[in-house]
Amino acid sequence: MTITKEIIYNYLQNVFDPEVPVLTVLDLGVVRDVSISGQNVEVIITPTYSGCPAMDVIATNIKFELISRGITHVTISTILSPAWTTDWITEAGRQKLKQYGIAPPQYKVADNQANIKNVPCPICNSQDTKVISEFGSTACKSMYRCNACLEAFDYFKCH
Amino acid sequence: MSLEKYVLHLADNALIYSQRLCEWCGHAPELEVDIAISNIALDHIGASRSFYQYAATLIGNGATEDSLAFLRKEREFANILLVEQTNGNFAKTMARALCYDTFMQLLYTAMKNSKDEMLAAIAEKSLKEVNYHYRFSSEWVIRLGDGTPESKQKMQTAIDEIWNYTGEMFMLSNIDTEMMANGVAPDITALQAPWLQKIKEVLAEATLVLPESGWMHSGGKNGVHSEQMGFLLADLQYMQRAFPGAEW
Repeated sequence: MTITKEIIYNYLQNVFDPEVPVLTVLDLGVVRDVSISGQNVEVIITPTYSGCPAMDVIATNIKFELISRGITHVTISTILSPAWTTDWITEAGRQKLKQYGIAPPQYKVADNQANIKNVPCPICNSQDTKVISEFGSTACKSMYRCNACLEAFDYFKCH
Repeated sequence: MSLEKYVLHLADNALIYSQRLCEWCGHAPELEVDIAISNIALDHIGASRSFYQYAATLIGNGATEDSLAFLRKEREFANILLVEQTNGNFAKTMARALCYDTFMQLLYTAMKNSKDEMLAAIAEKSLKEVNYHYRFSSEWVIRLGDGTPESKQKMQTAIDEIWNYTGEMFMLSNIDTEMMANGVAPDITALQAPWLQKIKEVLAEATLVLPESGWMHSGGKNGVHSEQMGFLLADLQYMQRAFPGAEW
């Protein structure tokens, strides 16, 4: 079988973020490139948050997925630059986050908006929400509460 | 040789500071504060890992991030004294956090232009996280300073007590000087004025008094640490020293 980039990217659609299991590694935008040399496949990923423990799991899961597909020589490389940003989360990824109950990042970091904008509630869509804490259950999340439906929700914070 | 030492200094700052912050886990005054401090500590561990991994590749000889973090002795650590100080009460932790986060914002911003690509990459990544840290610490200093008479008194005492550890952030070691000369390290002396300006603004909003500057502690960058560093390392390194090579 000739291994192509297309084939590998297809397989990667089965590798999910262990913390947010509706997102694939492609939705997250952490796969920078795939390099193929004969039967050797190198997947180049970029870490999300500095201390995120899920990245080690993601690297392992990518390896397992490809090995289970019969690709015997897999290496995972990490590059730090350019730095991953929430801007790289795909539109499909944002929709999946919202459906899962996590408010997706509100603005493009590249647009350089420093202030926390109003985050709409992923459950009732109200704009009347307030931040409880910029730090949540994982490195990627902040905690919010909706003043309309009174539900607490996670916000995938802009990075 | 000097580049390794410089990278280790950056790694040690991150690791030792994180170790101190982790001591709050389970003991913070509020649940959200506990979670926040733990997250901030985790960010610093992440940065330290990047720096230690880089240092390990520079050193070679079988060095790993783990051997560098867990097997070096006290005099080999090059972190500043500020980050190894005991946490004290919440006000003292926030006072130190304000001073350190303000510095790190300036340092990482400047380091994005380092001639060393790896350091520039780590700085670009870590700066995003430090921006969140800075908001947390500065907002707490303001809340406590401009709070009740009791919180104001505790916050003022905290700032006064940490103040003479802040000078070391801007003192050049031989390694700093050498790394600056070849464009790897930012000029930390140039960061002092903007740092002081930001601190003044926050303290003013917090209705606190800026301490008078006088004599400053130093020595950490050269491996001469405060007494508590020994206890900190005993905690940090105990498992590897008691059970060499142990893994999860």
